[in-house]
Amino acid sequence: MSATAPPLRPRRPAPRDAAGSPLLLGHGRLPRVLAGTALVVLAVLWLLPFVWAIATSVQSEQDLSKPGLSPVKGAFTLEAYREILERGNVPVWAFNSFLIAALVTVITVAVSTLAAYGFSRGTFRGRRALLAVTVAAIMVPPQLLVVPLFRQMLLFDLVDTYAAVILPQVVAPMMVFILKRFFDGVPRELEEAARSDGASEFRVFRSVVLPLSRPIVAAVSIFVFIGAWNNFMWPFIVTNDPDLMTLPVGLATVKDAYGIQYAQAMASALLAALPLIVVFLVFQRRIVDSVATTGLGGS
Amino acid sequence: MTTTAPPGTGALPVPAAPPTATPGRLGRFRAGGSGLVFVLPFLLLFVLFLVWPVVQGLWMSFTDSSLALRDTAFVGFDNYAEALGDPDVWSSLGNTVFFTVISSVPLVLVALVMALLVHSGLAGQWAWRLAFFAPYLLPVTVVTLVFTWLYQPDLGFANQFLGALGTDPVGWLSDESVAMWSIAALTVWWTVGFNFLLYLSALQSLPSAFDEAAALDGAGAWRRLWSITLPQLRRTTVLVAMLQVLASLKVFDQIYILTKGGPNASTRPVLEYVYDVGFTGYRLGYASAVSYLFFALIIVVSLVQLRLFRRED
Repeated sequence: MSATAPPLRPRRPAPRDAAGSPLLLGHGRLPRVLAGTALVVLAVLWLLPFVWAIATSVQSEQDLSKPGLSPVKGAFTLEAYREILERGNVPVWAFNSFLIAALVTVITVAVSTLAAYGFSRGTFRGRRALLAVTVAAIMVPPQLLVVPLFRQMLLFDLVDTYAAVILPQVVAPMMVFILKRFFDGVPRELEEAARSDGASEFRVFRSVVLPLSRPIVAAVSIFVFIGAWNNFMWPFIVTNDPDLMTLPVGLATVKDAYGIQYAQAMASALLAALPLIVVFLVFQRRIVDSVATTGLGGS
Repeated sequence: MTTTAPPGTGALPVPAAPPTATPGRLGRFRAGGSGLVFVLPFLLLFVLFLVWPVVQGLWMSFTDSSLALRDTAFVGFDNYAEALGDPDVWSSLGNTVFFTVISSVPLVLVALVMALLVHSGLAGQWAWRLAFFAPYLLPVTVVTLVFTWLYQPDLGFANQFLGALGTDPVGWLSDESVAMWSIAALTVWWTVGFNFLLYLSALQSLPSAFDEAAALDGAGAWRRLWSITLPQLRRTTVLVAMLQVLASLKVFDQIYILTKGGPNASTRPVLEYVYDVGFTGYRLGYASAVSYLFFALIIVVSLVQLRLFRRED
């Protein structure tokens, strides 16, 4: 996941014509002005909910009950944030979210890269059949599994444990498939060299193939992490203990509990939004690459 | 758009071991065929948490299984027969299809427009990208909390805005004819950034030769957009639309949190019906039957899409 690995996909700046204007818009002033206006309008629309939420979170509930279009209706106060942090739920949920997303990512990536390598280089019997079953499983929507999985967790007596939240999330046939396709394209000469030096197959995988695959492993890691961080339905069904809830699940209970306390609701929403937004600002390029590559199934 | 293999790195951390290493060490591939060890951990989890639940769910759909883990009786196709005659199944399916149509169309078109605008070379690339993609990074509950406030009947932004225009307030989430549109609008705001990035990435890897040649021949910006760029994006559009339809059909989270399927079940999608029947009504067998019927529908949609996609090539 280092930031030094080469990018996965070619990136070209917008093509420009001989005169240096962006090709897509031509020379004229009018298309540029129109395109610029459209961009600004869309960006304002997309930022408006954020602005509204931020403004709401730093005012008192009384001030917010005044009518009016302006988002600013009263004096600035951090009261809502203070109350939320004092209650202490949000930090606990954030910790759970982070722990669970991190564990899901580490386990998924470890298990999937190993399997992908086995599928790509292995010669064991039934390899093709197993791969076919794995690829077919990509079509199974996780929501289909919720009912039987819950019953399975009851059976294992795992309801309301981290294990119950994490384990079903680490099975990612899509990621195995994407990684396998990438490994298929990694030239084998280097592996042969290492092998003839007597390196074990695991050693070849760890020291030769993995380092060459850093970009795709980073892409898969980011994608899995975002998915686990934001996962709602399964953690919601399998946890009832507030101390085990993730942020998305915990916040869903807040909404019902707070009723109409909008300053606090917005403050907790923003606190929950912050971690991934910060991560995005730091790793923007990697995340964009990850979504573009993984989102299209590595094609 | 094939992923390029990374360039070979110089020094590889391979130790110079003696060439006569013991053959047959753990995990070593030999002529007899191996590598199974590498697949085993995945296989174990795959069987436990995917294959087993799929089979278990299918079995349950033929029983009167409930949450109580008591003895269950085999009931044959009773659950399926009941589901096909259940008006709630059909109405939730109708809601799902309606949501899929009104959300997928803007989710593809708006994403395309955003990507074209950002790619057109105006300054501030990263800022636009952040603005359009940031909502995608938000957990569903953050999005629903913010929109509950925006859609709030008395003081929310949406009705305050209408009030400033002198229009009557709208029951964004309480009016049966409006609620699904409000949810679709939220969904477009929340997830369009994903499709936008797919389009942007496709645009950035398009060859510009045709475009440049046409520009030299004097073709205007509009002409080139319609005759060159959009046709070049055809494949991407088909792919994005396919993925979007499948994603929209599986809608549950935001609807469940915002309206619990209301008002009057007018926004309840199939997956929420499954949840209601299974976890509120404790009828796991029946819930499984409904979800398998839905799974069958998803497979049919996927296969039809794949056929269309193949024909495109």
